[in-house]
Amino acid sequence: MQAAVIVFPGSNCDRDVAVCLEAATGQAPLMAWHGDANLPKCDLIVLPGGFSYGDYLRCGAMAANSPILREVVAQAHKGAAVLGICNGFQVLTECGLLPGVLMQNKGLNFVCRNTQLTIANNKTAFTSLYGAGEEITIPVAHNEGNYFADDDTLKQLQDEDRIALTYAKGDNPNGACLDIAGISDTSGRIVGMMPHPERRAEAALGGDDGKRMFTGVVEMLS
Amino acid sequence: MKATIHITLKNGVLDPQGKAIENALGSLGFGGVDEVRQGKLIEVRLDETDADKARATLTDMCEKLLANTVIENYDIHLSEA
Repeated sequence: MQAAVIVFPGSNCDRDVAVCLEAATGQAPLMAWHGDANLPKCDLIVLPGGFSYGDYLRCGAMAANSPILREVVAQAHKGAAVLGICNGFQVLTECGLLPGVLMQNKGLNFVCRNTQLTIANNKTAFTSLYGAGEEITIPVAHNEGNYFADDDTLKQLQDEDRIALTYAKGDNPNGACLDIAGISDTSGRIVGMMPHPERRAEAALGGDDGKRMFTGVVEMLS
Repeated sequence: MKATIHITLKNGVLDPQGKAIENALGSLGFGGVDEVRQGKLIEVRLDETDADKARATLTDMCEKLLANTVIENYDIHLSEA
């Protein structure tokens, strides 16, 4: 299977994600540059964390309009699994693959710490190896992670079981609506999440709760 | 033709920065401030001389990039300058 990591100017988690993907697939992923107008056919595409284009205008807004994103959107519509982590989640909302928006944290501070998460839906492409309702620990590191959508959209996400991850009660670091840490599209193949699974994907990093995000999707696609 | 575009948060969308500014004004002794909302101002110079065409183009720009209409409103002002 072919996996790719999209690299924007300002991405800073691309190589960490590549390590996780290589561990899961046995081969190094394709690293695709933001200016590339062509992307070989991929089964799995990851938009990594960072500060694409310096967060100019709005987080993810410039990346969402970059040449490579047209390819990512086209392949997503054709069935590729797509994971957006942190800034990658912001890009997915800005390009319209996922609804809502990530606003500035309610407390106005950049938050960098472990969070307790609940697997709200273990039927997405990336959460299939977790138990429904399982509690895991994965760190966040963001200034704009406050998920917001209008009430109709939030209800739709609930009704369609598209809230993939929530912050555990009392551990919402950013004021996100419904404690949302990650959501999916209707198919469950496209997931955006603020926490960084690649930062807790092996014992040497303090835990490996994030690892199954990558091994799960690879298992599903293989 | 010059366009000045004001981008503001929609009513009901929490504006933590505006709230922080409001609190800071209060602590500086400015009384009577009911609310502060923070937005963005973007200036665009266009070759277009027809106001209607310019407005249509700018609206398209706002919808596609300049504003995120999930949370933001935009207001376009045109001038000859």
